[in-house]
Amino acid sequence: MPPAITYDPRKHVGVHPERVSHVSSTNFPGHHPDEDHSWDLERFKKGLTVKIERLSNRSIEFDLVGVDASIANAYRRILIAEVPTICVERVYVWDNTSVVVDEVFAQRIGLVPLNVDPALMDMKQSQNDQATDRNTLVFRLQVSCERRKNAPKDTTDPNKLYINHEVLSSHLKWVPQGEQEIVLADNPPAPTNLNIVLTKLRPGQEVDMELHAVKGVGKDHAKFCPVATASYRLLPLVILNPEKPVPRELAEKFQKCFSSGVIRVDPRTKAVSVDSKKMRNETMSREVYRHPEFEGCVQLARVRDHFLFNIESEGFYPPQRLLPEAIAVMRAKIATVKRAAEMLLNNGDDLGDVAMANA
Amino acid sequence: MAETSPKIKIMAGAAPDLSAATFQIFDESHTIGNALRWMIMKNPKVEFCGYSVPHPSENLIQLRIQMYDGLSSLNALLEALTNLDAVCEAVENKYHASLATNDYERWEERS
Repeated sequence: MPPAITYDPRKHVGVHPERVSHVSSTNFPGHHPDEDHSWDLERFKKGLTVKIERLSNRSIEFDLVGVDASIANAYRRILIAEVPTICVERVYVWDNTSVVVDEVFAQRIGLVPLNVDPALMDMKQSQNDQATDRNTLVFRLQVSCERRKNAPKDTTDPNKLYINHEVLSSHLKWVPQGEQEIVLADNPPAPTNLNIVLTKLRPGQEVDMELHAVKGVGKDHAKFCPVATASYRLLPLVILNPEKPVPRELAEKFQKCFSSGVIRVDPRTKAVSVDSKKMRNETMSREVYRHPEFEGCVQLARVRDHFLFNIESEGFYPPQRLLPEAIAVMRAKIATVKRAAEMLLNNGDDLGDVAMANA
Repeated sequence: MAETSPKIKIMAGAAPDLSAATFQIFDESHTIGNALRWMIMKNPKVEFCGYSVPHPSENLIQLRIQMYDGLSSLNALLEALTNLDAVCEAVENKYHASLATNDYERWEERS
């Protein structure tokens, strides 16, 4: 039998009926008199675990154990806002007689995810930078709707009555510029999902536009966000009190207070135990706290440094590539700040020369 | 100074030996602010470390570091940045190792 878990405020966030306790970590030098919590890379590496749990073609779930919340949150923020992608930014309209006005149509086109690798393109330094084949992709959207000549007389199905009655994302045609034909040859730019309806047309209406796609980040506009959200939660813990076991006749009721699979009831002895693998499915509904007969039998908690990440990818990046991209962005930020700090160091401890902010 | 705005400024009121200083870091937010604050606090020679985002409309953070024994807070900042980079590298290595073991459930997600 593995040793029973007890509630340890140093490692667990207490989940009580009406509040949470011990939320922040106290592992700093000086907080606890006889312990050494100063930074030690080897000790950190020993306590660090990264384990991928599930991987699909669109999402990934992995565990990040042993880091502080600030680091996990930094990765989450970067995944949402600072991993670059490529989206349509400018729409040059020659003809738009559809019922959707130009600017609304342009906004819809901007939200269409494209399958271009952002590493292959440069980011424009400012909005008015010259558009080159290194920083802009050009697409053409030309659709016009006509009546089908030999449609049956009494249908109302637009598919049978009209040709091109819906403008789909598949109608976006890439127009290679300059060297792009060679560089992007093995993966021609196109929308990732070809079935997105952009607008609907009727005979006589047409749409003729040129679209320019650039590289951007989610901080600038949400269309550039590479994830259909990235989030994490802390590992839930159900701690049974060995001094007050659940009464046998109430074992089934106890099991129902938790998400399915979290509590195991031995069929013969009706002893209650926690399934450690399924414990992560617990949603912390605190249902067990609502029943006075279970008072003192159980303590709900969360493990403070065990993060269950769930990242759903949208657009170009396959889900397993997203965390490495986020880590690369984080390292680039650290490098920028470090360079600036080193410049401060070298420009002298003569504070007169250092640029002083007007406080 | 340079034509482009500097990345870090030391605010007025810093101690002459930089044992206590407030750094203003531009174009950064809680993402690096909180992580940097945690790493600086792991340094046993740091008396005080805190950061704030004075106003959400201005994209900068202010990071205050106070040191024991008259040490330089700029060195503490540099050391923390190096350590943060080591953390990122360690996480990335363990992630790639886990990806390579193929020891996870694969499933087909229909979109």
